[in-house]
Formats: sequence, C-alpha cells, structure tokens
Amino acid sequence: MRGLLRSRLFWAAVLVLAVAAVLPLGVSGYVLGLLTLAYYFGVFAMAWDLLFGFAGEVNFGPTFLVGLGAYGAGILNSETGLPIPVCVLFGAALAVAGGLLLAVPALRLSGPYFGLTTLVAVLLLQQMVTVFAKYSGGEIGLTIPDVLSISDITNYYIALGFMAISGLVLFGLSRSALGLILQACGQDPVEAQALGFNVAKHKLAAFCVSALFSGLAGAMLVFYLGTASPGTVIDIAVGVQVIIAAVLGGRRTILGAAVGAAVLIVAGEVLRPLGQLSTFIVSAVALLAILLMPSGLLGVLMRQRS
Amino acid sequence: MKALLQVSGLVKRFGGLVAVGGMAFDIAPGEILGLIGPNGSGKSTVMKLIMGIERPDAGSVRIGGVDVAGWPSHRVARQGVGLVFQHSRPLHRQTVLENIKLALLPDALLRLFADSDVEERARAIARRVGLGAVLDRRPGTLPFADLRRLELAKAIGRDPKVVLVDEPFAGLTSGEVGAFSDLIAGFRAEGRAVLLVDHNVKGVAALVDRVLAMYLGEPIAEGTAEQVMRDPQVRRVYLGGAIETASRPALAAKSGPPLLAVEGVDVLYGKAQALEGVSLRVREGEFVSVVGLNGAGKTTLFNAISGLVPYAGRIAWEGQPLAGRSAAAIARGGIVQCPESRELFGAMSVRENLDLGGSHLTKGERARLLGWMFELFPILKSRQAQHAATLSGGEQQMLAIARALMMQPRLLILDEPTLGLAPVILEQLSRALETLRTTTPITVLLGEQNVTFALPHADRVYVLEHARIVWEGDPVRFAQEAGAAYL
Repeated sequence: MRGLLRSRLFWAAVLVLAVAAVLPLGVSGYVLGLLTLAYYFGVFAMAWDLLFGFAGEVNFGPTFLVGLGAYGAGILNSETGLPIPVCVLFGAALAVAGGLLLAVPALRLSGPYFGLTTLVAVLLLQQMVTVFAKYSGGEIGLTIPDVLSISDITNYYIALGFMAISGLVLFGLSRSALGLILQACGQDPVEAQALGFNVAKHKLAAFCVSALFSGLAGAMLVFYLGTASPGTVIDIAVGVQVIIAAVLGGRRTILGAAVGAAVLIVAGEVLRPLGQLSTFIVSAVALLAILLMPSGLLGVLMRQRS
Repeated sequence: MKALLQVSGLVKRFGGLVAVGGMAFDIAPGEILGLIGPNGSGKSTVMKLIMGIERPDAGSVRIGGVDVAGWPSHRVARQGVGLVFQHSRPLHRQTVLENIKLALLPDALLRLFADSDVEERARAIARRVGLGAVLDRRPGTLPFADLRRLELAKAIGRDPKVVLVDEPFAGLTSGEVGAFSDLIAGFRAEGRAVLLVDHNVKGVAALVDRVLAMYLGEPIAEGTAEQVMRDPQVRRVYLGGAIETASRPALAAKSGPPLLAVEGVDVLYGKAQALEGVSLRVREGEFVSVVGLNGAGKTTLFNAISGLVPYAGRIAWEGQPLAGRSAAAIARGGIVQCPESRELFGAMSVRENLDLGGSHLTKGERARLLGWMFELFPILKSRQAQHAATLSGGEQQMLAIARALMMQPRLLILDEPTLGLAPVILEQLSRALETLRTTTPITVLLGEQNVTFALPHADRVYVLEHARIVWEGDPVRFAQEAGAAYL
C-alpha cells in the first residue's frame, strides 16, 4: 500500500480523475457521451495490459471476454428482466468461465499459439451470436430493455467511477507482490519456476482477473448503450482497437491503457467529419506512434522523468 | 553422512540422441561437487534434469530422500533446490532490492502484500553477496559481475538445501572470481550441497571437494581435482591421444597482404566482454585452427568476421575493411561460415538444403558441385530425400559443411564441427577436411575445443582464452608447449 501512495503515477492519475469529475460542469452532453464510451474502453485496455504487459501473453481476442460479458448480461436481462446488477454480475461470471475454458488448454501452448487460439475464440463467439439469433438478435443486434440511466451526467459518473475503481484494482495488483511474480513469469518462465513459482497458476489467475474486468465493462457498456451488437463488442476490429489503445498508452503501465483508449476514441470522433479518412488517419498515427515509441505515451513520460 | 542430493540411473534422450545415459552421483551436506565435461557432453542437461526444467526418461533424483524426478520445477524448487543461472534475465523495471524480494515471496495468489520481514531479509542477502551499495539501482545499470551476484542472491533467497551453479566464473575477472569463490565456499560452511557445472577442471579445482567428469552423456572419471586431471581417459577427451601435426610453413611465410586480417577486435555482449583486442591473420590457402574452451569467444570471433555481431576494431578481407557490409554481402564475397548450431533448414530435405547453398550457381555447375559433395560425404547421397531434421548429429554436420561448400567459399569458417559427435564420425569429418586441404584452394578457419581434431590439418594455431588470444604458433610447438596448460 505504501508503494502505491509513493507512486507519482498514482497521484497523477488522481489529479486526472479530479479534472474528469468536474468536467460535466462545463462540457456538452455529446462530449460526456463520448468520454463515457472511452472510459469503458479504457477498462478493456487496462484488463488487456495486465495480461500482455505483466503475464507476457498476447491476447488477440479481448473482445471474446468483452462479448461474453456483454451478451451474457444483455440476454439475461431481455429474457428474464432480472435487475441490472444481477445481469452485470452474470455477464462478468460468464466472461470468467469462458475465459477459463479457453485459457486452461491455451496456456499449455507456447509462443504465438496462445494468441492464435484467442483470435479463433472471437470468431467462434461471433458465429454463435449469428446462430442463436433468436436470443442474441443476430447481426442486427440485441435491444436491451433496461438502461443504466437516461441522464448523460449520471451515465458519465457511473463510467468514470467504474473506470477509477477498475484502474485502482488493476494498478494496485500490478504493483503488488503478485504483480512482481507475474512479471517474472512473463519475462522468464524457466527462472520463475526455478524460484518456486507455479507459472501456469499465476498466468491463469491473471487471465481470470483480465476476464473479470473485461466482462464487467462489456456488461456495463450494453446497459449504457441499450443495445449489444457484434460490431460494437465482438468484432475483431474492436479487439484491435483495444490492443492499439493499450500499446499506444504504454505497455506494463495499466493506467497508460486508459489514456490510450481515451486518446483513440476522442481522436476518432474529432476526425469524424473526414469520413472514411478518419479511421485511416487514426490508424496511421497509431502505427507511427507504436513504431517510434514502443514504450507508449506513458512509458515515454515516465522515462523522461527518471 | 547421508547425501542431500542422490542422483542415480539418470537418462535423457532427445529423439535418437542420448544426451544423458545413466548418470549417478551423491552430494553430501557441506560438499561441493564439480561436474565437468566438454561442450555437448550433457552436463547442462544433468543440471536441468535435477531442477525439473527437463523431464528425465529414467532414473531418480532424491532431495533429502524424496524422489523429485519428473516433478515440475516449481515443486522441485520448493523441495529445496536452487539454480544460479548463467545468463541472468532480471526484471529491468524493478530495483535490485525488488528483484531480490521476488525470490522471497510465497507462491500464493491471495497474498497481495509481502510479509514485513521480507524487506529486511532481502537487504541482508544483498549485503551478503555484495550488492548492499546498489540496492536502489535498476539491473540495467549494473556491471556484469553484479548481475551474477543478483542471480546468486535470488538463489539464496529460497534457502535451498541443494545449490546448482551453472558456470560459476564465466565472464568474471580474476578478482571477481575470488569473491565468488568465497560466496560459494560460504554455501559449504552452511551445510548446503553444491553442484558446480563447468567446462574444465582448472576453473573449479580450487573450490571443489570432488570432481566428476562426463563425456557423451556418461561419467568417465571421479575423484579429487588432481586425480581427474591426471586421469588418462579425461586427458584423451580433452587433449586427444597422440597429437599429429602436418603444417605447411611455406604458406604462412608467403608475402603480400593476408586474405583475412583481424586487428584489435573487441566485442561486448551487454556488460560481458566476449572478445578483447583479438588479432589474427589468415593467408590464402592456409588452414588455421583457433582452439579454446567453450565460452572462450570462438563463436563470437567468427560471428564478428561474418558481420553477425557489432565490434570495435578492424576486420579486413583482401585488404578491404568489412565493416559496414551486411552479413549476406560478406557471405557472397566468399566468407562462408558453417555455424556451431549448424542452422540447417530442418523441414527441408537434404537435397533442398544443398540446392539452397548452390542457388547462385548455373545448373551444370551445381550438378558438378553436388557430385563432389556426394564424393566427399557419400552418406548424404543416400539421404537426399530425407528431412534434414531427421538426420543423426554427424550427418547433420556433414550436410552443414556440404551446404557451406555449395556456396563456393574462398574462406570456409567451421565452428565446432565436432560438437557432441562420436569418435567414429570425427574420423570421417577429419578425412573430409584433409581432402579439402590437399585437393582444393579453399582457405579454412576452424574453431575447436577438441585439440586432437584441430591440430592434424592446421598450418597454424591460435589459442583463445577468456576473450583473448593467449598463444599463437605452429602445431608442433603447440603440442609441446600449450597442450599441457589446456586442461
């Protein structure tokens, strides 16, 4: 805990959150809506960084976990009408269960094969949504009866609070004794084993935590949007955006992932008048940023300071 | 006293290769055993089998009476075995202190915060290994010896009953060797069982209570350091039997610029000095042997010549500096290396590997060279359609040499061609090298730890030791002077 309070990154994050908390006083509902989306995206990216930055495993299918949470929560709500918190928890539990089912066999594989299995899992989930269109709404999407709130400001604060808590937990975890062990497992599994650490157990735990937060965020997102569709929560392109956000923000920083997500979403919106060209520009800039500063926005800032 | 570590009947096969064939030894509490053997003898595999990094095919490994053979290494570690790795890969974003603390953490998922005494214990260990002054630095800023101290600290952190140390003194200066010897002797005083794995007896003689020498996966001698150094079979393995020489002094005396000139070359791997002020020259048509133990810097020297590692100093080919040329351009220019690791395309057939080597040739020329290769190594002819990965070690080596020759080198660099090969194969390789020497104008630069293999063809010999050339001369003088100091 002392380590956390000594970390300047932590206090910088508190400052940013404080600014974010007073934003609704001065900006339009449109901007708030955009940032709300960005905050959920930030959680996707932070959860992904725990796996990539610390456990050293590249999950090419973050939307497999996000999609399970989103559709699990959405379908339960539209079929049974159970209250939102129950549905959100169910979605998160489904993401963890699905994640375990995938990770237990996949983590036995080494190198790029783990990443490939996660990629295939996304395609499978997307097919499932089409096949079970009766429950899932298929390609068109699922309309969710309940929404978190109809107020932009309330939705904004829910998303901000959720991101802050997720960020605190994930960042705290990364700076804890477990985070240290996890980094050792990711960097040199042979030596980590020789030091007495069960590498498979630690990586699996990291995968579960990542799945939990991805699922929670996915479930919350559908209750914010009021709909769930493959194009917003499952498509490979969405997953790629999550990955770009995390890498752009800074690998192994957790908090950088949230920064990257905000930058990416806001930039996409600012450039929207350019039409198709906007996606191209955002992608090209992200590509350049990754090539020129592989340690990411936050990584560069932290290096300059030290 | 009852042994802490008891190894018996240990066997490990990789495909058809028997890497370890029935090793057995005990180490008592407070005893240091040196396990030595030339490169490829299987000593590192023995260490990995004990630690559980590789699974043995047969045999038992008892730690304080409990058989841990086949256990995953994290369980072996908790049973009381610690391994000091030769190459350290510490966490670079954490401080030295945090790296040591890592080793003191329990393997538990629900203990988010370290026990309060971890910090104090980590500091105590750091002081003991001599890292007390650099606790808050990051590993990337430390000199090489301190990185090794950090590895030692991590192993101590687990309070192991059995400590395995891989090449304890590799890359250290003589002053640092003294400090490390004291630390390892400290393990003995604490009643731990210590296994030192090294290439030669000389390096560990002062420290060990007993030495076990192995070769081709099997024990060949055991006793005190002096006994093992005197053992006739050990001498044969390291020095070979009678050394034959057949130098051609006329070649070396030729005037004009040498074909290859290496002048004052330095190579650093991170913090470790792999080559220090190395100079050598090779004249057209000569056969030059560079002998030295594994880790002396032979491969680094060859990789510098081939443009595969950056270096300081000057390397000239026919009087023109090679610096700035790509590895591919250097190879096309006539310097072809046949690397220690062979680097065959395992999933391609023997023929495809050879054709790739000769891809720049015209059809007729390629056929002619292929015919010559099958004359030089008849076994390859019958193996043409087979995947390279399925060949035996000796056949792979022949294929690697043949593929290099298909590139029509002017200078052929052979790095450790004898690595892990049985004596009968060595004879075949030796005959092929003799053919090369006597019937072609190809210049050869051979790197070897096997002196018997390296000397018969050599016109001149260089001895590489700890990154430096320590001796040069003709093979007759080598047999008289340098050979004795080589063990």
